[in-house]
Amino acid sequence: MNSAGAIGIEHYLTVGAILFVLGVLGIFLNRKNVIVILMAVELILLAVNINLVAFSAFMQDLVGQVFAMLVLTVAAAEAAIGLAILVIYFRGHGSIAVDDINRMKG
Amino acid sequence: MDFAPSFALIAPELLLIAAGLVLLLVAAWAGDKAARLVTILAAAALFGAGVMLVPGLHFGTDGPATLAFGGLMKVDSFALFAKALIYLSAIGALMVAPAFFNSAAAGTERVMRAEYPVLVLFATVGMSIMVSANDFMSLYLGLELNSLSAYVLAAILRRDTRSGEAGLKYFVLGALASGILLYGMSLLYGFTGGTGFLAVRAGLTGELGTGALFGLIFVLAGLAFKISAVPFHMWTPDVYEGAPTPVTAFFATAPKVAAVALTARVVFEVFGGQVDAWQQIVMFTALASIIFGALGAIGQENLKRLLAYSSINNIGFILLGLAVANQDGASAMLVYLFIYVAMSLGSFVALLMLRGEDGALFETFADIRGLSVTQPAIAWALLFFMFSLAGIPPLLGFYSKFVVFQATIEAGLVAFGAIAIAASVIGAFYYIKFVKVMFFDEPAGVVTGKSPAGHWALLGLTALIVSPLGYLLTPSLTDLADKAAASLFLTV
Repeated sequence: MNSAGAIGIEHYLTVGAILFVLGVLGIFLNRKNVIVILMAVELILLAVNINLVAFSAFMQDLVGQVFAMLVLTVAAAEAAIGLAILVIYFRGHGSIAVDDINRMKG
Repeated sequence: MDFAPSFALIAPELLLIAAGLVLLLVAAWAGDKAARLVTILAAAALFGAGVMLVPGLHFGTDGPATLAFGGLMKVDSFALFAKALIYLSAIGALMVAPAFFNSAAAGTERVMRAEYPVLVLFATVGMSIMVSANDFMSLYLGLELNSLSAYVLAAILRRDTRSGEAGLKYFVLGALASGILLYGMSLLYGFTGGTGFLAVRAGLTGELGTGALFGLIFVLAGLAFKISAVPFHMWTPDVYEGAPTPVTAFFATAPKVAAVALTARVVFEVFGGQVDAWQQIVMFTALASIIFGALGAIGQENLKRLLAYSSINNIGFILLGLAVANQDGASAMLVYLFIYVAMSLGSFVALLMLRGEDGALFETFADIRGLSVTQPAIAWALLFFMFSLAGIPPLLGFYSKFVVFQATIEAGLVAFGAIAIAASVIGAFYYIKFVKVMFFDEPAGVVTGKSPAGHWALLGLTALIVSPLGYLLTPSLTDLADKAAASLFLTV
């Protein structure tokens, strides 16, 4: 299965790790828009799903895929609640720029 | 497969879920008029679920009979102890809510939303599942059910800009924490071949590989976020300040208990064979939380913010008990947790009882000047809580610190104990500032004394627990905590 050039578990894990790091950086380095943060959160969860499915296929064990399904479901709920809170926030502040989220400090 | 024994084990959760769904319909049908009724019914459901725990708590339950759903959940003495504490704190958070929301200051809604008690119920179910999780999947689902309800609770005052901001910050950082935790779980799954706690434990023997070590660190980091331990504490002050005070009281008690219990279960049951790998991490977080919690609170003017730093500080002491990594430490941690919940709930109830005649909230040091003249009862109760949080001897807060330090010293970690004691002296500064401002400054502002009987009852009860009379509780509390801690170590 792992002849030269074939795609193995390490490739999937690398993609997962890159997506995860992109997601975390998207949350911390992004100074523009809260929507981008929501996208970054989704990216993190998808990175996890790639890991789970890759491990599941590699180990011939179904548990990882079941877990991935659960993560997908929770990710949908999380996105819904995140957007709802964002709408409330926007009504109060009239802006969703990250730099404007500063009423409380210290 | 026969599910009847499993359903019997999770009967309290089933009751809470059923109550939550029915009350959600009531809330949707009858609207905010029914808020008070829904609150009372939700508190009754929590009380009923709490009563179901009593036999198990009294006799102690361990062993294979506590496993539900093929090992996905484990309802042992430890889970029961945590659940009892969670249900009690949730009832407290429900009791103080109606008066707060119905007389909120101008600019915000003056009506309590009927969804508030429903969300508290769902969050409680999530916490219940968290503390009895025996598999990473049930852990994650419980954690998310709790977190998703908590995000909405933080933002529940829709017209209040601070509440919206608190909700947004809590959501973003909470989602990040869940992501980190989940990434760690996926690595542990891949490198050990299972998601059950026992399977992962069996896979983590001998020298840890890089992948498994990363998994362990990510899981611990995600959990540290949830218990707001340094270095993942940055969301706490903002969320505590911005969220409506009853919600803050809830956040400071029930989810803390759940997350600490979950952390304890994960480090002892999943990483129990790798104590060296996590002990240093937990020890560092514990000391850093104690020191940062103490230093960060100095100079804060907002009382809710100050209590947020105080909770970070207290989490440090709780983690100190965890870092000892033996049964005495775990038992001390549970005793501390119980006393912390009483002190914390009491302080927030006292804050909730302070309001101006127009309903404006009193949240800063300037507002509580000379409180001993205008509201002597509340001032004395606050004095109890603050001295107790500082760990000054006749009060029960001293006992909680004492047991944790005792466990630390007996395990030979003298240097860590000494640092923690020194930092707790720094912490005493701002607790005593509370008392100085209330008792020795000139009175400012008018505080109405009209609080509902429920507030007074809760304040009296928590003050009684932290008072020297609370020592009468310690034998039975220690007994329960010992039973609970023992069940954590059965897998060894």
